[in-house]
Amino acid sequence: MVKETDLARPDAAPVAAVLPIARARIRWAESGIKTWLAGCALVSIVTTLAIVILLVTESFEFFQEISPAEFFLGTRWVPLLEPQSFGVLPLVWGTLLVTVGAAVIAIPMGLASAIYLSEYASARVRRWIKPLLELLAGIPTVVFGYFALTFVTPLLRHFIPGIQVFNALSAAIVVGIMILPTIATLSDNALRAVPVSLRQGAYALGATSFEVTTKVVVPAGLSGVMASFLLALSRAIGETMAVTLAAGATPNIAFTMLESIQTITAYIVQISLGDTPAGGIAYQTLFAVATLLFVMTLVLNIVSQWILSRFREVYD
Amino acid sequence: MAFISGNESRNLRRRHQKARVFARFCALVTWSGVLLLGVLLYDVAIEGFAWLDWQFISSFPSRFPERAGIKSAVVGTLYLISLVAVISVPVGVSTALYLEEFVSPKSRLGKFIEVNIANLAGVPSIVYGILGLAIFVRYMNLDRSLISGALTMSLLILPVIVIASREAIKAVPMSIRYAALSLGATRWQTTWAHVLPASFPGIMTGVILALSRAIGETAPLIMIGALTFVAFLPAGPMDQFTALPIQIYNWVSRPQEEFHQLAAAAIIVLLGVLLLMNATAIIIRNRTERRMK
Repeated sequence: MVKETDLARPDAAPVAAVLPIARARIRWAESGIKTWLAGCALVSIVTTLAIVILLVTESFEFFQEISPAEFFLGTRWVPLLEPQSFGVLPLVWGTLLVTVGAAVIAIPMGLASAIYLSEYASARVRRWIKPLLELLAGIPTVVFGYFALTFVTPLLRHFIPGIQVFNALSAAIVVGIMILPTIATLSDNALRAVPVSLRQGAYALGATSFEVTTKVVVPAGLSGVMASFLLALSRAIGETMAVTLAAGATPNIAFTMLESIQTITAYIVQISLGDTPAGGIAYQTLFAVATLLFVMTLVLNIVSQWILSRFREVYD
Repeated sequence: MAFISGNESRNLRRRHQKARVFARFCALVTWSGVLLLGVLLYDVAIEGFAWLDWQFISSFPSRFPERAGIKSAVVGTLYLISLVAVISVPVGVSTALYLEEFVSPKSRLGKFIEVNIANLAGVPSIVYGILGLAIFVRYMNLDRSLISGALTMSLLILPVIVIASREAIKAVPMSIRYAALSLGATRWQTTWAHVLPASFPGIMTGVILALSRAIGETAPLIMIGALTFVAFLPAGPMDQFTALPIQIYNWVSRPQEEFHQLAAAAIIVLLGVLLLMNATAIIIRNRTERRMK
């Protein structure tokens, strides 16, 4: 409340004189806060730089001792025992075996679920299933490891007597279950973004729901669907706990999924569990294989983002 | 059906039959996914329920399954998550505010940070573990402490918090900002007094979901060396610690059946905590959706 007497006081500082000081203080606070916010945004850039610099410098030291030819083309991975051998192919093979196995399970199931959710399910069913799938997606990976070891593997041993206790198949199955919700929910979003008018047009021409789905809706939402596949694959490649627990620790170019193998991530865990001294060649293998893992997932993520931005159909 | 020859009507019937079979197939697959969730929960429940009692929750880990418990793991997880929240929430929300309110979305800097964060979100958690091992544990000499774990985990969930917070901030109508700015408020006054309160529930939902991811993460903690026998409670951030998922991993990787059952009991506790957090997030979301309407 401004009193009239205040206004009448001639010695009071005029508003015009006070304002610049207040303004200056506000401007100062404003720029300080902006600097803080920018600093926070910088954290993510620094994190990226730290990851890249760390992986590159440590891998560089690794490749001073081991030739890249041996690393990338060698077929024996024995970094801890004499005679040492640093051929990374068995780890890559193990990773791909689990990833492809998981994809074979999760891609058809995930796409079918997405089609059901977007094309067939009633609003009420959707309201129930979507949170349940999100729940499945939120289960920690170590729980899937437990599930693989105590449920899936015994079940498999029941049907396939020759299967080893640690095997790639069990790991592939649980990783497949793990990435299923990713594919289902992301593909569902992509399919639902396809405008209803396209469906109505196809139905008006006499197409059945199967034909509408496979020839109109899925092709129209293909960019989002493909992106969800790639994202899920990149998650499968980086998956650690379930494969460590279920697939074993035997670097092995196996031609069946019934044997124990080792993935890149499982090897990293194995090294970190032991007391590997920093600086030794065994410690540096950690960074060499991690670089490989980082590049594999990064490429998949970038391709996935590229597909989304390049092939997105915009309907309006 | 005089206009349709017998051949065509058979064809039509076949097409419709195909559509019906396809619809049923898709429904079956979806429900089997839900069923898998049920089987998983059932498997955990019947294995672990018998071990779940107060003694289990209030005891330290032990070589003897009947005396083993998760006291240090539960306390470790609580400390860890509190520290992660204190570190990652201010930084994550600030980043989101900076990108949404202070940088033009078309600017090169904003785009660069955005792409960068999207890629960080896709980096496998174990790579963050290696980063934590090299930077926090070895280089900064923080050792295998709570703070090493919390810093590593904070970096891991930072992209998740940023992405979720940006969505929440984006949902605030422009008219609110225009109203504040037109009355002479500065950008930060607008952000602090109007944008942040309006997007608060959305941000909270994202934060809770990000923290629940951090609770379940195992690999980065193993990398920084948290997998040790810890039969004491950490007193400060520089102390060694263990956490629930680490304890579960430890028990699952043992061959004895009893330890698998202990793992199942610990999983029940872990999933219970996660369910509680998810339910909170959903309640917050539903309440705000109603208010927005």
